[in-house]
Amino acid sequence: MNAEVRPIKTAAETALATSFAAVKRALPGPATVGVLREDAFRRFETEGLPHRRVEEWKYTDLRALMREAKPLAGVPDAAAKARAKAALATLAAVDARSIVFVDGALVPELSDLDGLEAGLTIRSMAQALAAGDGDLLAHLGRLVPTDDVAVALNTAFMGDGALIHVAPGVALAQPIHLVFVNAGSEAASVFARSLVVIEDGARAMLLESHVGCSDASDHQVNAVLELKVGDAAHVDHIKITGEGAGALHVSSLMAAIGAHARFNEFLFTTGGGVVRNQVFVCFGGEGTVAGIRGATLLQGHQHADTTLVAEHAAAECTSREVFKSVLDEHGRSVFQGKIIVRPHAQKTDAKMATHALLLSETAEADNKPELEIFADDVQCGHGATSGALEQELLFYLKARGIPAKEAEALLIQAFVGEAVEGIEHAGLRDALIDRVVAWLKARE
Amino acid sequence: MHLLEIKNLHVEVDGKKILNGLELSVGAGSVHALMGPNGSGKSTLAHVLAGKADYVVTQGEVLLDGEDILALAPEERAAKGLFLAFQYPLEIPGVATMTFLRTALNAQRKQRGEAELSTPEFLKRVREVAGKLGIEQEMLRRGVNVGFSGGEKKRNEILQMALLQPRLCVLDETDSGLDIDALKTVADGVNALRSPARGFIMITHYQRLLNYIVPDVVHVLSRGRIVKTGNKELALDLEATGYVQYQEEMA
Amino acid sequence: MPAVPQTVDQVRRIDVDQYKYGFVTDIESDKAPKGLSEDIVRFISAKKNEPEWMLAWRLDAYRRWLTMREPRWARVSHSPIDYQNIYYYAAPKKKDGPKSLEEIDPEILKTYEKLGIPLREVAVLERVTPPEGESEQEGNGYGRVAVDAVFDSVSVATTFKQELAKAGVLFMPISEALQTHPEMVKKYIGTVVPISDNFYATLNSAVFSDGSFVYVPRGVRCPMELSTYFRINERDTGQFERTLIIADKGSYVSYLEGCTAPMRDENQLHAAVVELIALEDAEIKYSTIQNWYPGDATGRGGVYNFVTKRGDCRGKNSKISWTQLETGSAITWKYPSCILRGDNARGEFYSIAISNGHQQVDSGTKMLHLGKNTTSRIISKGIAAGRSNNTYRGLVMAHPRAKGARNFTNCDSLLIGDKCGAHTVPYIEAKNSSAVFEHEATTSKISEDTLFYCRQRGLSAEDAVALVVNGFVKDVLQQLPMEFAVEAQKLISISLEGSVG
Repeated sequence: MNAEVRPIKTAAETALATSFAAVKRALPGPATVGVLREDAFRRFETEGLPHRRVEEWKYTDLRALMREAKPLAGVPDAAAKARAKAALATLAAVDARSIVFVDGALVPELSDLDGLEAGLTIRSMAQALAAGDGDLLAHLGRLVPTDDVAVALNTAFMGDGALIHVAPGVALAQPIHLVFVNAGSEAASVFARSLVVIEDGARAMLLESHVGCSDASDHQVNAVLELKVGDAAHVDHIKITGEGAGALHVSSLMAAIGAHARFNEFLFTTGGGVVRNQVFVCFGGEGTVAGIRGATLLQGHQHADTTLVAEHAAAECTSREVFKSVLDEHGRSVFQGKIIVRPHAQKTDAKMATHALLLSETAEADNKPELEIFADDVQCGHGATSGALEQELLFYLKARGIPAKEAEALLIQAFVGEAVEGIEHAGLRDALIDRVVAWLKARE
Repeated sequence: MHLLEIKNLHVEVDGKKILNGLELSVGAGSVHALMGPNGSGKSTLAHVLAGKADYVVTQGEVLLDGEDILALAPEERAAKGLFLAFQYPLEIPGVATMTFLRTALNAQRKQRGEAELSTPEFLKRVREVAGKLGIEQEMLRRGVNVGFSGGEKKRNEILQMALLQPRLCVLDETDSGLDIDALKTVADGVNALRSPARGFIMITHYQRLLNYIVPDVVHVLSRGRIVKTGNKELALDLEATGYVQYQEEMA
Repeated sequence: MPAVPQTVDQVRRIDVDQYKYGFVTDIESDKAPKGLSEDIVRFISAKKNEPEWMLAWRLDAYRRWLTMREPRWARVSHSPIDYQNIYYYAAPKKKDGPKSLEEIDPEILKTYEKLGIPLREVAVLERVTPPEGESEQEGNGYGRVAVDAVFDSVSVATTFKQELAKAGVLFMPISEALQTHPEMVKKYIGTVVPISDNFYATLNSAVFSDGSFVYVPRGVRCPMELSTYFRINERDTGQFERTLIIADKGSYVSYLEGCTAPMRDENQLHAAVVELIALEDAEIKYSTIQNWYPGDATGRGGVYNFVTKRGDCRGKNSKISWTQLETGSAITWKYPSCILRGDNARGEFYSIAISNGHQQVDSGTKMLHLGKNTTSRIISKGIAAGRSNNTYRGLVMAHPRAKGARNFTNCDSLLIGDKCGAHTVPYIEAKNSSAVFEHEATTSKISEDTLFYCRQRGLSAEDAVALVVNGFVKDVLQQLPMEFAVEAQKLISISLEGSVG
């Protein structure tokens, strides 16, 4: 009676199909990878771009927000590299080993690939794909399987990215910083794909920054990072999304966490026109402790969506999720956070908090914290609040002689601080607080 | 016949032996103090008597009025007059203390084939006992132990004991976490319940409580069995010398 | 460790096969042939001698329904429903003559007696009139209940009609209102739940059989609680009530709804629509105890309860409060909601949902803040046992115009046993900065230590569970009118005990 209505393909969907047909043979990888790409693209074709009737994308209607698909980015030319180099200067705050990708392609001359510590290997994803690397293929798309369409689209088009391996028991002294710069003069689409394997007992800190050279170019970024955290390993991943206001940025982290590990994730978002940060974490081993946090500061017509699925598949894991968003002008933040506790994941302790601060009448915060519990001996909860700055607090500060704007800034900083404090690395924590301060200054 | 007889009791928890052939007899009308170092099995004994799950009795008998109670459910033991004052009383949100008291009392009466208590009679009894223990009516309206201080929780245990009128009272570290005033109130409550028909086992680490509730017999428990029995002077000796000698004796 | 084995065992044997209300009343009934078509819609409308516009409205709904699909977003699963294999009209065959209590089939009266419904006025008065010398609480007739009983599709008796008439309150079957006050029905029906709101509401709009109609005039405080007891009796009978309650300016009404159904192997579909309209300064309190047959121990049979309930706080300072105790049905799909349109309007949702056996519950509320300084409060307590799944799904939204909107939400879930699931899916949409939303949710289990503590005091394991659960849901129980609170407590115990039948 009620037949499924096939939606008409949008301009963007048609462009992606044309593009895939044109480039698929040129994309890196042997036949086995080609099959992966074909399967993934077929999945995209069946589903189309996610839209508001797809529950997971309810608040970020990509079909409406992505009017057209930009052409695939080409190999960066000298001018692009020069622009990228200039942009990098602004990221120098933290001492880290930088691996730089310009318009999705690894640029060795801008990267710090020398003198790698023992037990650390860093390679280009495109090269590893082209070589049909066995280890890579064993992990690719398998750590946390998902049928998410954005991930499928990335798999179909994946180009370059980082392939990092840290051997068992190795503790890296220096953070690794993956820097993705959009520097092409023409708007283009970039499909970056990275895989990071941190073996048992190893310790690593991974920074991931996405920046643009100017606000003018409306780049489209679809980045996927697959991360394996071994048993008793300790990994921090901090992602900074700071592209120009015209950029469309969709990123997906798929993290498989082992037993007795420590895992800290932080999402810091101030840039991009439309941002969707997806985090799929699976706790597959017992006794792991994890913190998944984030701060989003938006203005203008920025739209940022954080979608988190934290799956507790093993017993006795603890996870804390804290997300803060500060929204000015027409900024709109979306937080969807789902905690799943599988039947045997007894003694799970998971608590999620999400708070939105609306600074303007026209801002919007949509929150959807979810619990899906199948084990009875658990402690799970979530809290969500949204509202404006507390007038009484503001008044109190003003009564002490602090000017209104400054008082607001102080309170906002304190609000965001609660999430940022969760970052263990002091230098990075300070760097992010500086960015918050700068964002607040720019508001005035 | 003794009120309580424990014969050659062996108990394991998670495969670990805690009680090793414990023997103890408590006559009606007497107060026994059970002392011993941490980990000697004092609280285990309390829980085994009350029938807590996960305690596996591998050997031995526990007779209450000559009847073996080890096969009975906790509520059946309670109805037979066994009361355990918990070291850490549980909180039950949303259930008014008054409701809890009435439900417990009537459940026990029902099991014993007695008629339920009328509401006025019940209220009269509660008020009487609560008054003696200095428990405010307001506290009785609150959820069981919810938001109670440590002292209030322990007084609530004694209130329940007084109301339920058990035959055998097992007090598990009732003195822990109490200041001196609260200790006196609790001790007064216990002393008021002493009667020729009732027996007490007071589990404690310290001699302090025994100044207020004077025991007839004092036992020292070490490594799951009673290693010494004496009169109230034994508790004072322990206070002076500590438990070291008993731990060494066993070694 | 999961809950103590005995408890889990008790819960497994839950009263699914001892359903207390599972008797079938043996009376002849008058039904339309199975299946749905324009002819059936016309048949129903003709049977009820409806005005032409009502038929046109039903046909419009039917045609729209043909183009719609069943909603799929809820966390429930069931085999496809064959909408052509359902009777859309069934009425007890009645003798000719005036409709008075004496005329009612004694079998029906017996059924209500078994249900404990105070159908006869005498019985009602005997049961609840306060002892001599004591005044009625607040002089509002508290303690007396007027019953509009719906037996399958037709309302069979309305009590207290005269006293209500004196106050000017209209309380009658909606089929009767269509005869006596058609303009009133026409003015309000479908204004809260539009004709094509959702698949089940549209189906209801096409084939609704009967239901209650209430109108409380300006400034009137309804002198007693109004109550409807729905009951599905006929085999393969879909139950499609339509309830419409209008509280005019400054009025107040409290409405109670109870539901049970006999045991059947087949799944019975129940797709009701309830529309509430509160005008300026008016207040409507709507309470439900839902105890439809949940199916047997293997998950066979039971009611599919796919219900659309929505209240419109149309006037300033109006208030609508939903309280529900959901213990029955194989599947519950139900979101009693409030549209807070008038400035300062207030919406409330208090819910206890207990699922056991193979039951599936997907229930919650929507609080749509449209007016300034509107407030809402959501307290939801979900208890999952057996192999059931229990989902809270709720939306709180503040429109850009809804300055100063406030919401407080608290959703707690309790799991009993390790084969069940408890889920929380709140949608919280703040579209202006002066809206303040607070939401909290927790999931926990009854700790073994707490159960041991209770048992040490003499409570049996199942009594201990019932006691702790009653404490867990206390905040919501307190919201139920007195007459219902006692029944509710009993129901909770029944739902959680294995031995009580």
